[in-house]
Amino acid sequence: MLTERVSIAVIGAGPAGLSAAAHAADLGIPHLLLEASPGHANTIRKYQKGKHVMAEPGALPLRSPLPFAAAVREAVLEGWDAGLAAHRVNVRYGAEAVAISGSRPQFQIALKDGSVVHAECVVLAIGVQGNPRKLGVSGEDLACVQYQLDDADAYRDEAIVVVGAGDAAIENALALSKRNRVCLVNRAAEFSRAKEGNLSAVLKAIEAGTLSCFFKSSCARIEASAGAQRGYRLTLDTDTGEASVACDRIIARLGAIPPRQFLEACGVGFPGPQPTALPILSDQYESSVPGLYVVGALAGYPLIKQAMNQGYEAVEYSRGRAVEPADEPILRERFAPLPFGLTVAGTLALIRERVPLFAEVNPLLLRELVLGSEVHAPASGTVLFRKNDYTNSFYTIINGGVDMELGDEGQQRIALRQGQFFGEGSLLSGRRRAGSALAGAGCVVLETPRREILKLMSSVDGVRRVVDELFIIRAIQSSFATDASFDELRTVAAGARLNRYRPGEMLFEEGAVADCLHLVRSGSVAVLRQLGGRDVVTSYVAAGNYVGEIGLLGRTRRTASVRANVATETVSIDAAAFDQLLARNAALRERIQDTIRERLAANARMQGQTQAGDLISFLMQQGLGEATDVLLINESLCVGCDNCEKACAETHGGTSRLDRGAGPSFAQVHVPTSCRHCEDPHCMTDCPPDAIRRAPDGEVYIRDNCIGCGNCERNCPYGVIQMAAATPAKPPLLAWLLLGSGPGPGGVAGAPADPQAAKKAVKCDMCKDLGGGPACVRACPTGAAIRISPERFVELAHGSDV
Amino acid sequence: MAAMSSIHESALAYRGRRYLWVALALTAASVLAYAWHSPAVPPNGGTWLGYTLGTVAALLILLLLALGIRKRSYHSTLGTVSGWVSAHVYLGLALVVVATLHTGFHFGRNVHTLAYVLMCLVIALGIVGVVLYARYPARMSVNRQGRARAQLVEEVNDLNARALRVAQPLPAEFLAAVRSARDRLVLGGNAWTLLTGRDRSRVVLPGSDGASAPLANPFQATLIAWLGDRLARCQDGEVAPRIQSLLTLISAQRVAIERLKRDLAFQARLDAWLYLHVPLSFALLAALLAHVVSVFLYW
Repeated sequence: MLTERVSIAVIGAGPAGLSAAAHAADLGIPHLLLEASPGHANTIRKYQKGKHVMAEPGALPLRSPLPFAAAVREAVLEGWDAGLAAHRVNVRYGAEAVAISGSRPQFQIALKDGSVVHAECVVLAIGVQGNPRKLGVSGEDLACVQYQLDDADAYRDEAIVVVGAGDAAIENALALSKRNRVCLVNRAAEFSRAKEGNLSAVLKAIEAGTLSCFFKSSCARIEASAGAQRGYRLTLDTDTGEASVACDRIIARLGAIPPRQFLEACGVGFPGPQPTALPILSDQYESSVPGLYVVGALAGYPLIKQAMNQGYEAVEYSRGRAVEPADEPILRERFAPLPFGLTVAGTLALIRERVPLFAEVNPLLLRELVLGSEVHAPASGTVLFRKNDYTNSFYTIINGGVDMELGDEGQQRIALRQGQFFGEGSLLSGRRRAGSALAGAGCVVLETPRREILKLMSSVDGVRRVVDELFIIRAIQSSFATDASFDELRTVAAGARLNRYRPGEMLFEEGAVADCLHLVRSGSVAVLRQLGGRDVVTSYVAAGNYVGEIGLLGRTRRTASVRANVATETVSIDAAAFDQLLARNAALRERIQDTIRERLAANARMQGQTQAGDLISFLMQQGLGEATDVLLINESLCVGCDNCEKACAETHGGTSRLDRGAGPSFAQVHVPTSCRHCEDPHCMTDCPPDAIRRAPDGEVYIRDNCIGCGNCERNCPYGVIQMAAATPAKPPLLAWLLLGSGPGPGGVAGAPADPQAAKKAVKCDMCKDLGGGPACVRACPTGAAIRISPERFVELAHGSDV
Repeated sequence: MAAMSSIHESALAYRGRRYLWVALALTAASVLAYAWHSPAVPPNGGTWLGYTLGTVAALLILLLLALGIRKRSYHSTLGTVSGWVSAHVYLGLALVVVATLHTGFHFGRNVHTLAYVLMCLVIALGIVGVVLYARYPARMSVNRQGRARAQLVEEVNDLNARALRVAQPLPAEFLAAVRSARDRLVLGGNAWTLLTGRDRSRVVLPGSDGASAPLANPFQATLIAWLGDRLARCQDGEVAPRIQSLLTLISAQRVAIERLKRDLAFQARLDAWLYLHVPLSFALLAALLAHVVSVFLYW
């Protein structure tokens, strides 16, 4: 058996691994870079030709022997190729590590080919994509089997089998079917995991015969069939027996095995069971296994420059040298205005000591959190946010105090002290701020953007628990304006349950026993009544409100059903737990009775207005249950002039962010393809530079530090994000009118001046930087276009019945 | 049919019909002034009231023309385009009264009356436009049944593809007929075809004498008749059901084509109206300039 002995083994030749290996080479340390695939920087290699690779965060200096600056993909890769050669990096491609055992200074890395590498320490930089799941049948290693498809146009007139039923399999099969004979193999009887668009496209293709599909089938074996027209034979187990398919190529798209399993097998610890949890690391990237360093995306740093810096730093740390992190100057500058007069490390220690929430957070995570946050030392009386703002950042008080003003006129005032946090309501529900926050004397707060705090919550169980508990307590406080003490509310909160519902799932049915109330924490729900044998929607309830209040007052049966419009979380509170509160507070009982009276009246109003109910159902089916502001077009007014699209393009760099004609209609209400500024925006889910933010008025917008990766475009279920480059400026209106120079206002703009220009994600920003509101609405000549919030759907629907 | 939703405010109803009241006030003021005014000479454009009414009318015309600029000033925050349209409609109607009183009912074969006639034509067309804008959108919406135009086109193409597949195993003439109808299907056409919603599609049917000339096939009628004829004569128990399903598909396609043609016709008429209204307005502007210049020259 082949063995090799090195000082540092680096696993994974992405930006972090390359940088680490190059630095080790520079220092003359015996090293080996192991990469499972045949080349380095696979993720970047898979970008389309000429794609711009951006170098965010701009303020962070690069610390690596390899070059990196914003450039087209080819230039970045060439730079690294040259760097690898120049630094004489010892790299072995096609070397997949299957197990790591031992600890410093005795690691054994077992490779797939049976050889073993001995190392004193290991830098793990394998990214988060994981290894593709294999077919697991005999013949899976034949040359005809592949696990990815780079360019569907590269294949012609082949017989290709695509195995899998997810979006990747469907998209590959559809793309290949243009020039090849394609057959899909689906283990199930339907495509339940596919996106709506892919689902309808694949069913159509199967019906049209451009694609064939084996349902309820799985691969049994693959054999080379010498001399046959097609080089290989795939045998399938179908529910009617074995079937055999002659093919040239098999593409298996079975998803990936997340790297967590591999890490756990190496002995690396995780703080909790959530799939998004990051491994436990010291502030020197060292995992719970001494000598095993985890860097890059796997450690929670998705940006190239961060990953490269960490590769460098991990090698330094492994030599026992304490280098100053590359981001130290940034933090120093950020802490400069603070009244503490401490070093960076001192300030971080102070934050940790003063804020109990961060007690369990390891120093590396805390540093990352502070780096991603802003530190404010506002003058006393400064407004941090206002009631009804749509911001969703999270605040922690490091010094002094903050006053929260709640209630309609800010009559209820709560003083928060050093060490406490606030802003979790909007963070979790995506709704407007429930009150205003004003800085007190000597106030220093840490404002953490939504993504950073969610990352922390998913990594550290303790943080999640504390934030969840306080969310419930404050939600009860603001929903019922009760003056009950914190401890009393805490007992109520302790009995509360967190419930998750899928879109369309019932919270409870009409007539069922009513024993609890639901506070809608995120998402939204619809209230339904059975009328004339069918469900009629009578109201829409957004996050931050409650439903099922009858359950608290000793009434026994539900008077209506409640259904989740979108993925929804509720906090349910049992009647028993609430009883004590009610017993103490007669006004509270009255307020709840008022709500019930209003709901019943609304139900009565909607009765008989079946079309209004149907219209609301239709709007909910369009995913508007999670919207905060949506463009609706009244078809009885719209003349199809597309002035809305023209106005959008003219005010936003030449690309319209809305498509008027697309999208369905019902009862003359048309839902065009346009951003609805979701409460919990899908586009924010996976934005490496955290460029997608929510403005105080609710607009979800993309900042200039977008790196053009396209994640948001893929993650948006409503297809409202595009990748576009700015088009050249047009001649002024009078020049067009009098001299005929074109293109005129509203006309199609020319191509971008530089065809290689970097494409960035663009979407509706509700014209937040222009005066007067959204340009699409202002430009509508007939009054057909409006933007409204879902709270007004009922009002809208009322007008739809005659 | 559903009524307009209460949240949407049409241009005509803009801000409680604010500009209707402005227009009525302007009209009433003009009529009262005209009735009260008793000049030494018969009322005409040359008296002080005549000049005043003329100036107001000319300014109104400029304001109405400015809609075209405001509509294209996408960054402008000077009101909303819907508000401008509202003012355009109501003040345009008031203009008839103001301008007529300005003439003092003196007409002749001259550039002055030309300007007046052009103005009346533009306003009459404007009224046609208001009626079209009020009626067509709802009719278009009902016609499209909640679908987008692109979806209607897709449906027609989709039915074509399905018909071809059904025709595949049938005797060759069926495939030839369906393919020919597809190849000669015309969804667009010249302005007149679009405006009238006619279907100028054609089809070559395999006649008894071999190849024959293309026949008119509006809304697949010829193909449907031919298929009906073949079905009536069909004796083969295997073939007949296939012809039947082919007939069903082509009939469904007829409905889709009718819908699409109607939609295109509605849109074409809305567009055509603008192509008349706007150039005529520019002719009016030219005549108005001639009128004003000549008045000052001969004064």
